[in-house]
Amino acid sequence: MVAQHKYLFSETMKNFEEAARYHEEFIKGLWKENPVFVAVLGMCPALAVTNTAINGLAMGGATLFVLTFSSLLVSSFRRYIPKEVRITTFVIIIATFVTIVDFLLQAFLPAIHKELGAFVALIVVNCLILGRQEAFSFKNPIRLAMVDALGMALGFTFALFCLGAIREILGNGSLFGVSLFGPSFEPWIVMILPPGGFLSLGFLLLFFNWLKQRQEQKQSLVYLADTVAEVAEKKDSIISLKRGV
Amino acid sequence: MAADLLWIFISAMVINNFTLYYFLGLCPFFGVSDRISTALRMGLANIFVLLITAFCAWFLNTYVLSHAPYLRLISFIIVIASTVQFVEMAIKKMSPVLFKALGIFLPLITTNCAILGLALFATNKGYGLLEGLVYALGAGGGLTLALVIMAGIREESKLLEIPKVIEGTALNLIIAGILSMAFMGFAGLFSTS
Repeated sequence: MVAQHKYLFSETMKNFEEAARYHEEFIKGLWKENPVFVAVLGMCPALAVTNTAINGLAMGGATLFVLTFSSLLVSSFRRYIPKEVRITTFVIIIATFVTIVDFLLQAFLPAIHKELGAFVALIVVNCLILGRQEAFSFKNPIRLAMVDALGMALGFTFALFCLGAIREILGNGSLFGVSLFGPSFEPWIVMILPPGGFLSLGFLLLFFNWLKQRQEQKQSLVYLADTVAEVAEKKDSIISLKRGV
Repeated sequence: MAADLLWIFISAMVINNFTLYYFLGLCPFFGVSDRISTALRMGLANIFVLLITAFCAWFLNTYVLSHAPYLRLISFIIVIASTVQFVEMAIKKMSPVLFKALGIFLPLITTNCAILGLALFATNKGYGLLEGLVYALGAGGGLTLALVIMAGIREESKLLEIPKVIEGTALNLIIAGILSMAFMGFAGLFSTS
């Protein structure tokens, strides 16, 4: 009876741990290891097509499709892919899914396909996708690899959407094609042109650096205050000892 | 004909600069641009691979892909990567000096988006062999130009006192943004589109 309980308990704990692991692998791509804002990967699509929020979302969606299916395939064949030719195999798998998504977009969303142009095909050389295959899918079981791929791709999509939204609002005064400020708004045209891509990502990274630095300063201040309080407490007790209370 | 070629060359080099207008080849642009000499060698290696790419793309498009257009991406990548590898071996054998100067960059470049980008753009524009080669020369020249300018600015900026919060990628991106704005000025060079 006790043994059974123990077994059940350990099973539940294992499940909890596993769930926590899945959760962690999923969450990390969204913010802590965000591919664009933290790792600065896949900059070519992140800057080239984010002149509107819709384009950013479309590119993110296409990348999500390619990354998830490539991870699925690489992870399921990871025991059969010879180590020496793994990169070539990854590239062929990725290129296959990119071709699929290219034709799908062309068939169902021709307007968006025209806007994105050759950059859909260029998803093949997005270092984020190849990097995830090499760093994660090739070494992990299928479900974990899928969770990691989904998290990373959603983080990528989120970053692309942010960039696209910022550039569209500043450069065109609209979001998703809906005008926000009325006719008196003077658009900052350069933001939807190529320089705007560099500038908006640069200033976003600057903002994140600033946030991080402030947080670190705050933490060191808290630590300092704690130490001071501790010393003060000890001082009190020493004084009271000296007085012989 | 000659005017057309010149126009293709200049357009690819400064007006539609691969790095600053199309955002292609950003990894080397930010990764190996801290010294001018390295940047220049990287740029030359890029020109070299781009020329091979233009030739491969033309060959595949004329003789293979008209029968199976859906294999375009896969065949571009594999053929370009393996051709570069073969040429690398040949250079190693024939000219060790050249190999020493460019060799370490070649494996890095083959998976670069500028390479595949050139092949795709040349295909979309329907360029023939000569036009493709000139286009590659222009694109490579543009990449080299951007790399060297960036490296020059970064060499100078090492002597400055930069606030810690902007150091690194953020600063490089903002410099690139300003460079890109400067290159926008070339758009008025030709009145025809």
